[in-house]
Amino acid sequence: MQPLIELKNICFSYPSGRKVLENINLEIYQGKKVGLIGSNGSGKTTLLHVIMGLLPATSGQIFLFGEEMLKEKNFAKARRRIGFVFQNADDQLFSPTVLEDVAFGPLNLGKTKEQARQIAQSTLEGLGLLALKDRVAYRLSGGEKRMVALATVLAMDPDILILDEPTTGLDDATSHRITHLLESIDKTCLIVSHEYEFLSQTTEVFYGMESGLLKYLGDSSALHTHIHIHPAGALPHKH
Amino acid sequence: MISEELAFRDSAVHRIDPRVRLVFALLLCFATALSGSFAAPLLALGCATGLVALSCLPLFTVARRLVPVNIFMLFLWLVLPFTHFGEPAFKIMGLAASKQGIELAALVTIKANTIVLFMVALVSTMSVAALGHAAHRLYFPEKLVHLLLLTYRYVFVLESEYRQLVRAAKMRSFAPASNLHTYKTYSYLAGMLLVRAHSRARRVHQAMVCRGFSGVYHCLDSFAFRKADWVWVGILSLFFMAMIGVWIEGPY
Repeated sequence: MQPLIELKNICFSYPSGRKVLENINLEIYQGKKVGLIGSNGSGKTTLLHVIMGLLPATSGQIFLFGEEMLKEKNFAKARRRIGFVFQNADDQLFSPTVLEDVAFGPLNLGKTKEQARQIAQSTLEGLGLLALKDRVAYRLSGGEKRMVALATVLAMDPDILILDEPTTGLDDATSHRITHLLESIDKTCLIVSHEYEFLSQTTEVFYGMESGLLKYLGDSSALHTHIHIHPAGALPHKH
Repeated sequence: MISEELAFRDSAVHRIDPRVRLVFALLLCFATALSGSFAAPLLALGCATGLVALSCLPLFTVARRLVPVNIFMLFLWLVLPFTHFGEPAFKIMGLAASKQGIELAALVTIKANTIVLFMVALVSTMSVAALGHAAHRLYFPEKLVHLLLLTYRYVFVLESEYRQLVRAAKMRSFAPASNLHTYKTYSYLAGMLLVRAHSRARRVHQAMVCRGFSGVYHCLDSFAFRKADWVWVGILSLFFMAMIGVWIEGPY
């Protein structure tokens, strides 16, 4: 089977010369839920932006849905099938009202206004957010914003979901809501977080990232974290 | 920052299709501003007052909106009668106020207040989002419409970022004074705000691109012309025509 996302020897460094990603190889197959854990500044977000074509890889190859990404045109096509949720929901929600924001993606996919409105309504309803539909995006609470940001992406019915720190800075209730949603959702996922517990609940396999290097850590179920004195104490590991 | 306190209410005027309101706000304001005699602006003032009354807005808020324009008018009254050429009407401390000058100041005052009242009744009764959509549907330049809508969305974010920076400065005992340190701090603050706005704009664009944005912005609006809207088109056209008629035919 062909992987949906395949990275071969991806390197990325900023124009200043600072190396952020070094020889990253990654394959994500249909139906898999993959977690990516790492500390701040380890290059997780950069990796996601390289996959989406928002940052150009310095070297290496990216294949999305079996097609090599050579130009912006290839990325533009692939992005229609990938749902990307940004770290900061304020960046993602730019329309005046919630309903419009959720309808933005479907409209870009060529749906008619009526279809887009229907899709937006049912997506919001499915997430229990219908009450927010006419609210102005800036007047939402942090948790509501994050849920709506998820809705905007789910409305496009993507083949794969990529989430960048979906629970950071949220209270327990919203955090649980998102955990529950990701557990039950039937989609290929790549979830980035620095919270081990959240990832172990929502993903099946684990990668760790440290100073630009990607390391396979194994099955989520076989991993554990605990407080003890050894170098990998904070990262999930096997004995 | 933008409270839209007059927009989310219900009245006969609030229910008029935003496109009708926007078109007639522009037509009536231009006609008021350009007419040369007293008759047309006075008719317009009546019309604007009627619309404000129909829109059931709190009178205090409306009055507050008239304050800035009338402060400006005050200066006009102080200067115009004494500098305009014409028959002297009265003298103060050797300065003659001309009749024509007084008339002109009165005309400008009526016009300015009328225009503000038209805008309050017709435009501030819709949300900024509705205004943007109405403009879009009326084929205003697309870039202008998006600029309006995106500015509206992010002006609050920028405001909170500004407050955050000011708070951060205050927390470290910054007290503005008239010295170089203060100017420097404020220029850093303004610079930081620009940098932040720029990087936010980049991130927002990235988020839009990730959702399939390719340069065409689709507006999702649900304007539907009702029978009552046609009635309003009729009434407002009648006013507009009456104004033009009075303006062309009417006596000075």
